[in-house]
Order: sequence, then structure tokens, then C-alpha cells
Amino acid sequence: MSVDVLVIAEAVAGEVPDVTYELLGKGRELSDGFSGELALVLAGEPSPQNLFGAADVLYSMSGMEAGYCAPQWEMSLGEVIRSAHPKVVLVSTGTVGIDLAGALATQFDGVLASYVIDAVMEGGSLVVTSQLYGGKLLSEVEIDSFPAVLSVVPGSFASDVGRVVGEPRREVIDVGGSLSSAKGIAIELREPDSSGVDITAAPLLVSVGRGIGSKENVELVAELAEAMKAPLSASRPVIDQGWLPKPHQVGKSGKKVKPTVYLAFGISGAPEHLEGMRSADVIIACNTDAKAPIFEVAHYGTTLDLFDLVPELTDQVGG
Amino acid sequence: MRIVVAMRQLADLVEELEVNDEGTDIDREFVKFVSNEWDEAALEEALTLKDELGATVTVVALDEPDVDQTLYAALAKGADRVVKLTGNDPDTWVRSRERAQRLASFLAGESFDLLLTGVQAADDLDGQLAGILGSLLEVPHAAVVVGVEGSDSKVRVIQEMGGGLLGVSELDLPAVLGIQAAKQTPRYAPISRIRQAMQTGEISEHEVELSDASAQVKVRRLYPPESTGAGATMLKGSPKEVAAEIIEIIKSKGLV
Ligand SMILES: Cc1cc2nc3c(=O)[nH]c(=O)nc-3n(C[C@H](O)[C@H](O)[C@H](O)COP(=O)(O)OP(=O)(O)OC[C@H]3O[C@@H](n4cnc5c(N)ncnc54)[C@H](O)[C@@H]3O)c2cc1C
Repeated sequence: MSVDVLVIAEAVAGEVPDVTYELLGKGRELSDGFSGELALVLAGEPSPQNLFGAADVLYSMSGMEAGYCAPQWEMSLGEVIRSAHPKVVLVSTGTVGIDLAGALATQFDGVLASYVIDAVMEGGSLVVTSQLYGGKLLSEVEIDSFPAVLSVVPGSFASDVGRVVGEPRREVIDVGGSLSSAKGIAIELREPDSSGVDITAAPLLVSVGRGIGSKENVELVAELAEAMKAPLSASRPVIDQGWLPKPHQVGKSGKKVKPTVYLAFGISGAPEHLEGMRSADVIIACNTDAKAPIFEVAHYGTTLDLFDLVPELTDQVGG
Repeated sequence: MRIVVAMRQLADLVEELEVNDEGTDIDREFVKFVSNEWDEAALEEALTLKDELGATVTVVALDEPDVDQTLYAALAKGADRVVKLTGNDPDTWVRSRERAQRLASFLAGESFDLLLTGVQAADDLDGQLAGILGSLLEVPHAAVVVGVEGSDSKVRVIQEMGGGLLGVSELDLPAVLGIQAAKQTPRYAPISRIRQAMQTGEISEHEVELSDASAQVKVRRLYPPESTGAGATMLKGSPKEVAAEIIEIIKSKGLV
């Protein structure tokens, strides 16, 4: 039997992220649809607690340098793809996927769909749904030529079906020899700065987005947070503008949070933000745009202007 | 150091986006087009490198609605040269593969050390530009870049790996980088300087003819997310009433 679906494990720092299991679960379904095998490719050796039983084959890239260097990963994954010949390659929209999905599709003359949130077999074709325009629109595409690379938004598929005990067949691909010709080297991985506020432990978060408009205005929401005795968190643009320090950031490149209640003011609900907070028990969103994607995941919403609502909330909590 | 920045126009996400009659693209007629926010970060990073190390900065963009405004603003902010690539239909969706091919065709005649572009654009159905372009040009590339330090033959890049982890690597030049954030927030060009750039600056045009279109996925339909019914319960009333309701919900969870 041939490998039809290959999942790339984005285990850059050794730890296997949840999304790898999500992709394994989906990959199992797709490879069964093709009546072929499911493979996983991992940098280095699996640790004993890794649950890769959903896969039939496990490719280990041996000889990889510690750390992350995009040209080296591209070269190594290229060798695995040449050897495995998959029809479909699954990766996430994390850094490895953003770096390499397009490059690998180009190299192997395949097609690529990005920001994927669903993929199903229909006859011999793949029907793939992607999120575009920050989640404001969805696209449905049909893929009938292979290889195809799908770059999947984390959180789109359940991870439990992909987390299976079992022993896939092992294939070791030694990339160490060829890496010296890669046009780059890994220097180091830097651990996140753990100083400052911890937004991951609080049961209530008051979160502010670009809709707040300026650094001075952030104060308004900070007052509410203080009145509620909750930490203030934020979307990425608030951090990038220098309105709040990095430890306050929720999302893909910030913190994953799971408070009991998440209050979102002036946040549109881009996929990268949702990745960090969608599993909060109760999400309450304030956004003047009734079509903002945040309302798709929020439990309660209001289209009131935050500048009208926030002071009122602060008053009522304080009083 | 010679830096090229690839910028582009994109429908303003703040606007209501309608789907065209065929159901396969946005209706481009009445939307406002603005420059992609991540490309603005790429331009800022290039101008910072110019300030720090001395560099020439060329900005290149395809022919898309209101692109002249973006190019003149780039001149006003300190770019040395701006180039508009013509040959594409300005009123259709140029997908990332085709965009990369058009840029690659221009870059084949340019010598450059670094190409900077935004990490992503909101309509990147066919993947993010930096990786595709790097692969077409057969040069090293990296995206989600939040730090760039240049030297003569190499560039040190810092990439966000998710959850706050940073990956540091060194790439040979020339290299293509997808910028996530610049060292500082993008500088602002006053209207007077943009006006001046419009009077004294020049957008050079370069026609690109593509012989073979590359493979890309077929769009069957584009549509707004159907509310799954699981969407939000909308709270109605005055700010006072809505605030009271929100506090009630929080209290019911044993908080506040
Ligand atoms: C690799 C990568 C990683 C990323 N990581 C993250 C991450 O970790 N976290 C993150 O948040 N983003 C992340 N992003 C960015 C993400 O794509 C979005 O750009 C970002 O989440 C948008 O933030 P926002 O919702 O605050 O801003 P916008 O999308 O600009 O939304 C602002 C909202 O405010 C509303 N608004 C305006 N005025 C008012 C008012 N007066 N009252 C009420 N509402 C108002 C508007 O309707 C709008 O919906 C990442 C992107 C990439 C490419």
C-alpha cells in the first residue's frame, strides 16, 4: 500500500503540538478515503509518550540540527516527500506551515489551499473549506490534481481521534549529510519571557482589541479590568502598537487562555486570535460590526460602541 | 544592502465584503482597497535597516486599485524607488501563486540582497507569498519574522514559533522574508510629504507577461459563514441595560 496522506509534525522544540493530533485524525479519514496509508513525519525520534498510533508509517528525520531553520526543514521535508510520494500533505498554519507549505507545493508542482478549516472526500476529489478575509468569508475549493498541500487552521478538527496508542512502521530518513548544503543554519530557540502579568490562570479576562483606537483609550478598559479584579488581555495589534506589553497577548503567537468568562472589546475575531481563546466557557463580545467573526464563537454579543458600554460596566461594577 | 519590498493592495477588512454574481470572488466594484497591513510592517523594517546600515529600498507592487497611493506614500516615507508591475487585470483576484510568478519575473532582472514582504494577506488562499517566492527564486526564505539583523553575506532572522517561543537562524543572502512585525510601529507620512512625492517622485512601470499560469485550486464558491445557530445571543438595549445583563452573566458564573 502506498502513503496517500502525510502529516508534518511541527515539533520544533521537541514537544508535539495538539494540532499534529488534529491533523492525524483528519489524515486518517482522508487516507481511508483514498484506501491508502497515513504517515507522520517528525524531526528526530519520538518520545515514548507520543501517541502516533493513528498513523501507519512514522518517518523520522534524523540528523536535524537543534532549533529551527526554514531552509533546513524545507530540504529535509522535501526528502521525505520524495520518498513517501503522498497525494496530500497536511500541515498547520503555524510558522512551519506558513514557511513551507507554499515552497513545498511549488517544488513538487502541486496545489495548495491555506487557512483550511475542513476537508472531505467527494468521489476522487477533495472538497476543502478555507477561511479568508480574517474569517469574514469562507471559500470552498475542489482539488482533483495531486499532490496537494493543505495548511490547516489549528482547532479545526478534534484531536482525540488522532491521539491513539500504537506502533506505526518506522522509516528513518537521514538528512544530516545533505544539510550542510542548506542555505541557512539554526542558531537558537529563545523561550518566552515569563515575566509580567499571567493571563492564563485568571477565571475572568477583560480583553481589548484594535477597536480601542489609541494607547490613551486603553486606560478606559484597564479601569474596567481593575474594577472587575481581572487581568487585562489584548489582541496582537494592541501589543504591536506598543499599547500593552507582550505578556498580555492572547492568540496564536501569544497565550492560550481558557477562562470561565472572556470579555472582548473591539476585537474582530481573526482566526489567530480565536486560536488562543475559543475554548473559554463563556465569551461575551462587544463589536460595532454585526458581521465581525467574533460573534460566531461568542455566546453573548452586543453591537454597542465600546466607548458607551465600557464606562457603564465600570460604573455598575464599582457601584 | 539592496532591499526590495513587495507590497500589495487588499480589500479593507473594515468594509462590508459582498460576493460577486458568480459567487467566486468578492465584488470588487465598491470596496475600498488599502495596502496590506503586514506589508506596511515589511516596509518599516526595510526603512529601519536603511537607517541603521545604509541600504537602497525599492518598493514593488502589482497594478491593483489605489496602488499609486501606497507607492507614493512609500516614497514619502523614504523608499528610494517605486515600481508598478503592469500586465495583470487590476480588477480581478490575483492569487498568491500568480503574484509570486509576476514578482519573480521582475526580480530576475534585479539584484537584491533582501526581499521583504508581509507574512500574509487576508486572501492568501493559495499560500503565503514569501515561501512561494523564495521557492521560485530558489533562495532561502523565512516567514513570521519579527527581527532582522543584516550583515554583508548573511542575515540573522528571528521568527515567532508560536506561544512566545522564538527561533533564531541565519540565512545566506539573497533571502526572502515574510515580516510579521517590524522593530517599531510603521512610520507615518504626513499628507504634505505624500503630495510632494506625487509631484516630484515617479512610479516606474514594468510590464510582466506570464506565459504559463501555475496550478491553483479551483474556487467553487465564496460565501459568508452561515450562522451555525451556535452564534452569539445578541444583547439588546441601552448601554445601561446591556451592562447590567453582562454583569448578571458574569455573576451567574460566580465571578465579580
Ligand atoms: C502568524 C500570525 C500570528 C498571529 N498571532 C496573533 C495572536 O497571537 N493574537 C492576535 O490577536 N492576533 C494574531 N495575529 C493577527 C490577526 O491576524 C489579526 O490581525 C488580529 O487578531 C486582529 O486584531 P483585532 O481584532 O484587535 O483588530 P481588527 O481586526 O482590526 O478588529 C478591530 C475590531 O474592532 C471593532 N471596533 C472598532 N471600533 C469599535 C468600537 N468603538 N466599539 C466596538 N468595536 C469597535 C471593529 O468592528 C473591528 O471588528 C496573528 C497573525 C499572524 C499572521
